[in-house]
Amino acid sequence: MSQSTKPKGKKMSLNKRQNLTGWAFLTPATIMIAVMSFLPMIQAFILSLQKGKGTDLTFTGLGNYIRMFQDSVFKQSIINTFVYLIIQVPIMLILALILASMLNNKNLRGKGLFRTAIFLPCATSLVSYAIIFRSLFAVDGFVNTILIKLGILNTGYNFLGHATSAKIIIIIALVWRWTGYNMVFYLSGLQNIEYSVYEAAKIDGANPMQTFFKITVPLLKPTILLTAIMSTNGTLQLFDESVNLTAGGPVNSTITMSHYIYNVSFKYVPNFGYAAAMSFLIFILVAVLAFIQMKVGDKRD
Amino acid sequence: MKKKFLSALLCVAMAATTVLAGCGDSNNGGSSNGGSDGGSSASGDENTLTVWCWDPAFNIYAMEEAAKLYQKDHPEVTVNVVETPWDDVQTKLTTAATSGNYDTLPDIFLMQDNAFQKNVISYPDAFTDLTDSKIDFSQFAEGKTAYSVVDGKNYGVPFDNGAVIACYRTDILEQAGYTVDDFTDITWDEYIEKGKDILAKTGKPLLSCVSGESDVITMMLQSTGASLFDDEGNPDMVDNEALKKVMETYQELIQTGVMVEVNDWDQYVGTLTNSTVAGTINGCWIMGSIQTAEDQSGNWAITNMPKMEGVDGATNYSNNGGSSWAITSNCKNIELAEDFMASTFAGSVEFYETILPKSGALATYLPAGDSEAYAEPSEFFGGDAVFAKITDFAGKVPSNNTGVYYYEARDAVGTAITNIVNGADIDSELRTAQDTVEFAMQQ
Repeated sequence: MSQSTKPKGKKMSLNKRQNLTGWAFLTPATIMIAVMSFLPMIQAFILSLQKGKGTDLTFTGLGNYIRMFQDSVFKQSIINTFVYLIIQVPIMLILALILASMLNNKNLRGKGLFRTAIFLPCATSLVSYAIIFRSLFAVDGFVNTILIKLGILNTGYNFLGHATSAKIIIIIALVWRWTGYNMVFYLSGLQNIEYSVYEAAKIDGANPMQTFFKITVPLLKPTILLTAIMSTNGTLQLFDESVNLTAGGPVNSTITMSHYIYNVSFKYVPNFGYAAAMSFLIFILVAVLAFIQMKVGDKRD
Repeated sequence: MKKKFLSALLCVAMAATTVLAGCGDSNNGGSSNGGSDGGSSASGDENTLTVWCWDPAFNIYAMEEAAKLYQKDHPEVTVNVVETPWDDVQTKLTTAATSGNYDTLPDIFLMQDNAFQKNVISYPDAFTDLTDSKIDFSQFAEGKTAYSVVDGKNYGVPFDNGAVIACYRTDILEQAGYTVDDFTDITWDEYIEKGKDILAKTGKPLLSCVSGESDVITMMLQSTGASLFDDEGNPDMVDNEALKKVMETYQELIQTGVMVEVNDWDQYVGTLTNSTVAGTINGCWIMGSIQTAEDQSGNWAITNMPKMEGVDGATNYSNNGGSSWAITSNCKNIELAEDFMASTFAGSVEFYETILPKSGALATYLPAGDSEAYAEPSEFFGGDAVFAKITDFAGKVPSNNTGVYYYEARDAVGTAITNIVNGADIDSELRTAQDTVEFAMQQ
């Protein structure tokens, strides 16, 4: 007994040692996250309480946060961003889910080709795809030429020159760019569903619709939650499409929050305090929306 | 429950850091570039001048030629030109100034005229006051020098010319029975009348522009000597008769079909090179884009722009774009930098003669306009001595008060004009535009 207790005093218990190893592995990443992410967050918050041009800053308290709600352009940008969010994210996720369950079919030929084709838009750069969409929908662009040739239009329609159609183009562009990305998550989620479950359903006489809604969707719930949070987060930060596809126009009808923040920091007379305050609003919005989605979507525990 | 809350919190934090990191990124990115790229900042060497500018065919070439010229008398001096796009110059300047880290700046850099006031007022410590230097500012076009004057002090050496030219396709004008002389020294009313005629006869509009951009408006406005801001820098839009008249003219141009709007710059240049329109009005740098359509050589002619009728002080001359050189506060040998500028960009006709043929860089340095090189005819523009003509225009441009909030005002006016073209009331739109700019100013 005495022999077994002796090393215990010198060495740590197994449990403690494992704990310590765990922490040792965690520490570098934790320190990195703290320095690279949390510290700038705190600095950004302090900056958001200041006002002034360029380097000439003074503390103003919550002035920037009040100012935000008097700023008609910023209010417009919030509305625009939420229009994209409410319309685009559901369309994209449903489409991705349908495509994923179709491509998960064991008997489908050329699966690899279809998967690659649908995922490929994600490999294009954000700026270049936005510019290509811009030229596709130009007055003398590809889409108008086709519509005129088909006899649907007489003269080219200025898609990017009208508020509603410009928003629709941005949504189409986003769906094209990101559906494949989400589909890949669903495909990997579907690999984790035992095929025997589907066989059992077939034996029980379930039709494909029932299989989809009663088996695929519930079992994919964690993945759906993940993609919903990621897409929400991505849409709230939308920048490239607004800048490159429509330049925020016409009349600020497609400008996003991030685009306006960029303008305030770099295009206009720099007002970094105000820009930081607006970034913080996006931060809070992401936090609240993600929390709601967690609450609604995750029924485990 | 506790665990779930923690996981939710972490998830949110991860998602949100992207937002904030993204915001910080643009700042940090710039500074790390400046820091790691030691060659881009001013060197400690007393006889080396580091310069930032952006166009190899144009301003970089000009700066290198200036260096060669200066080295003839001062062989010990070296000029190190670093190619830096304008957007990067702005970002690097912003980063250096906001972090107080001025030693990342070069000795001299080129700045867009429209951004000059904004930057000098936002970051006064980054610039050197040149008012009492050897540089003789009276030798430059007054309208041009005004861009880089803040509180009566000169902060920039004017460089390239943004004098507005009206370009016309002589072959299309001919089809409708006009010559370019019919468009010289005219008013906008006459322009619209003739434009309607040309549109009816040839199906081609006279002018195109980018919708939502206010270039055409600011050009028209400056030609009358009026500005979007008053002398104190306050927005002056609501009771600005000249601006109101400009808005009405713009509206009429669109309604009559004499001017067409496109969505972006590429399409705008496309309308010129694809013969969609019979002409354009823009800063003289647009000649570079026009000349890419080599098959149209000899079919273009240049003259002055129409003037606003019924506005006091209206002229046929205006300005759009252009840039000026600034000497930073980080410059180790300000005397050398000033002397370099004074004996090249601000004092040598020979220098401008050297750079003109290859770069087409038109001087705002008035004595250069009398040089023989400027009288050379241009084949593309129907054998006309275009350079001498433009230098002459440049000397007659009324000055424009850009104020600090010029980019805000341009965007606000761009929004207003889009609404006006769609039928909104001019007075109320100008009110909204002024409110938008005033809102931006009361930080």
